[in-house]
Amino acid sequence: MTSVRIMRTRDWAHPVPPARREVLTATPELPDDSKPPVLFVPGFGHGAWAYAEHWLEHAAGRGFAAHAVSPRGHGNSEPAPKAELRAYAHDVVQVAAGLPRQAVLVGHGAGALVVAHALARYPARAGVLAAPVFGGWATLGLALRHNLFGTLPAAFGGKLRLARRQLFSRALPEPAAREYLRRIGHASPRAQWELLRSRPPEEPVGAPPVLVVGTPDDRVVPRSALDKVARRYGGAPLLFPGMGHDLMLDARWPEPLDAILDWLEKGEH
Amino acid sequence: MSTANDSFDPSTTLWRDGRPVYDRRDTVCVVGAGASGLAAVKNLREHGFGVDCYERETSVGGAWNWRHDRSPVYANTHLISSKPFTQFPDFPMPDTWPDYPHHSQLLSYLERYADHFDLNSHVWFGTEVVKVEPADDTSWDVTTRSAGGVGSERTHRYLAVVLANGHNWAPKQPAYEGLDEFRGQTIHASAYKDPKELRGRRVLVVGGGNTGCDIAVEAATSASQTWHSTRRGYWYLPKYLLGRPADQVNDQMQATRLPLGVRQWLAARTLRLTVGDQSRFGLPKPDHKVFETHPISNSQLIYHLGHGTITPVPDVKRFHRSGVELTDGRQVEPDLVVFATGYLPRFEFLAPEILGADEHGRPTLYLHAFPRTYPTLAVAGLLQPDSGLFPLVHWQTVLIARWLRLRDRDLERAAAFWSRASADVGKRWNRARVKDSTRHWFEVNHVDYLRALQGALDELSPATATARSTR
Repeated sequence: MTSVRIMRTRDWAHPVPPARREVLTATPELPDDSKPPVLFVPGFGHGAWAYAEHWLEHAAGRGFAAHAVSPRGHGNSEPAPKAELRAYAHDVVQVAAGLPRQAVLVGHGAGALVVAHALARYPARAGVLAAPVFGGWATLGLALRHNLFGTLPAAFGGKLRLARRQLFSRALPEPAAREYLRRIGHASPRAQWELLRSRPPEEPVGAPPVLVVGTPDDRVVPRSALDKVARRYGGAPLLFPGMGHDLMLDARWPEPLDAILDWLEKGEH
Repeated sequence: MSTANDSFDPSTTLWRDGRPVYDRRDTVCVVGAGASGLAAVKNLREHGFGVDCYERETSVGGAWNWRHDRSPVYANTHLISSKPFTQFPDFPMPDTWPDYPHHSQLLSYLERYADHFDLNSHVWFGTEVVKVEPADDTSWDVTTRSAGGVGSERTHRYLAVVLANGHNWAPKQPAYEGLDEFRGQTIHASAYKDPKELRGRRVLVVGGGNTGCDIAVEAATSASQTWHSTRRGYWYLPKYLLGRPADQVNDQMQATRLPLGVRQWLAARTLRLTVGDQSRFGLPKPDHKVFETHPISNSQLIYHLGHGTITPVPDVKRFHRSGVELTDGRQVEPDLVVFATGYLPRFEFLAPEILGADEHGRPTLYLHAFPRTYPTLAVAGLLQPDSGLFPLVHWQTVLIARWLRLRDRDLERAAAFWSRASADVGKRWNRARVKDSTRHWFEVNHVDYLRALQGALDELSPATATARSTR
């Protein structure tokens, strides 16, 4: 892993411009100070709404103050057609630093890469990378194989269109899947390109424990990529077979979330 | 307040000079809960150390807390470095704040930092440090008492001590002939709090630093007459260049890694184009190149000079009963003189030779942090950067924590690092030939200094890989 970089000329000379951000929150009825706040970060095209469907309420039900942020250009945040990956990471760090206590960052899909970048700018209590898309050409290859016409334009700076079979298992009822697909938007072309180039994130600051969660039946993240990310953070991925890429929306959404929250409780992060 | 000390085992009590010493074993002591102290507490905690922090005031924030009697801030204090250079690198200020936040925002930032990382439970408020003495091995005996001076003194033994007592609270009072007989009022800038103190008065501000310029600008809008006395001509940087905070523009230039001479020429050229010829406003020509004195960031001084609301004057020669004589022979008659003449560092609880202080009291340290012969003592934040202090002090305290970790894990590597580092003791992290005055004792170029810190951090880095192996 690359060593921590303290010369951040780009961040100093060209700070990320401010943007209005959407943050959705579910507060536990009985606040439990022993449990850290959790900040969920959606993947490209998704917004905070993806967590508001099930995960936020469920996490709050287990005593965690749960928040979800839509990075700029996503959900109901300010449009940002030219945003870079670091602007998304900036949005995450801004929200995390605004929480009353040191937070856990949970990122899904390309949001996991955003979280990995954010971990280098904010000493999170812990990090969770769910079905992480760290990019690179292998990811593009797999996406082209499963969804040629949805992916091809994205490789040339166009919009990425994800297909139902990439994101959800058959267990998810058809109307729900259609509704979710309708809501999915787009990351900026620039961020998509940066994802493809896959510049490795810097080392996390504050040495937080990091958990990698995924599914072997993911049609966006190949198993090898999952293992690679987990190895990078010194562990093995926690697997939930039979689910699609969108762990927080698919039919069996409680399973990965409960595993994440169990891990947080057990580790007392 | 913390209850950590309740866990003392009385049987471990040691003795020193007939007094009991409570052994805190692997705990590190931090002196002061200002910005530097808080960063030290957080980063030491992050590296797995127990921390006892002593703070003489009853709240965090140090110099930035206007309620503190040693705080130098006044009502209109705004930052002179923009946000990216001011905030801790791992805890950004909110996007909604302006480029140059107000001092009250900075205090609330430090309070949120302390809450967010749960630092207050490690701070003993209202407790002042009386003595810091080396114990027989490499540990330290720290004697404290409650800040009012009441109550008995207690001595604890610590693995290491980090001094973060600040260096902008002990005013440097210049000596002038005839000052005693002067009938007007004289104050040090640290005592200046509000423009209403200036209203309708004839004010002489002495000192061309950032504080002096800020107070001169305040006086320009409230006093009936304002003189601003400076020893030499300075380079006045506007707060905005090309529509962006000037320090951000400057860093863009630093990033090019152009030779210093070229950058100095470019900067002088840019200032010439934007600010113009300073001598037109009655200011002396700078007797040095850009970057050779601490940068002065003030857009309004030139404006007020141009409006005649500030009169520039040279250095003070002497005081008379009813007036002040200047070096050019002129005489002015202020009824208030504000000495914006800076501060001196003070470590009255420590024997001066420990920090390798020379006859003027200037400490000799590696990276302005580590004394040569005491590997478990460090000073945090004793820096005068040409940017904000917090990013530097953050990485400095990370380095201190990593260093203490490495000593704990691998004495051999630690010894190797130390012998290499001691060659750099007293080195100045600034390529420009900085003016030699107490003002510039701790002057560092933030880029040069951070590069040096980066090198030291990399050297110590694998030692921290297992620091927080909770799972």
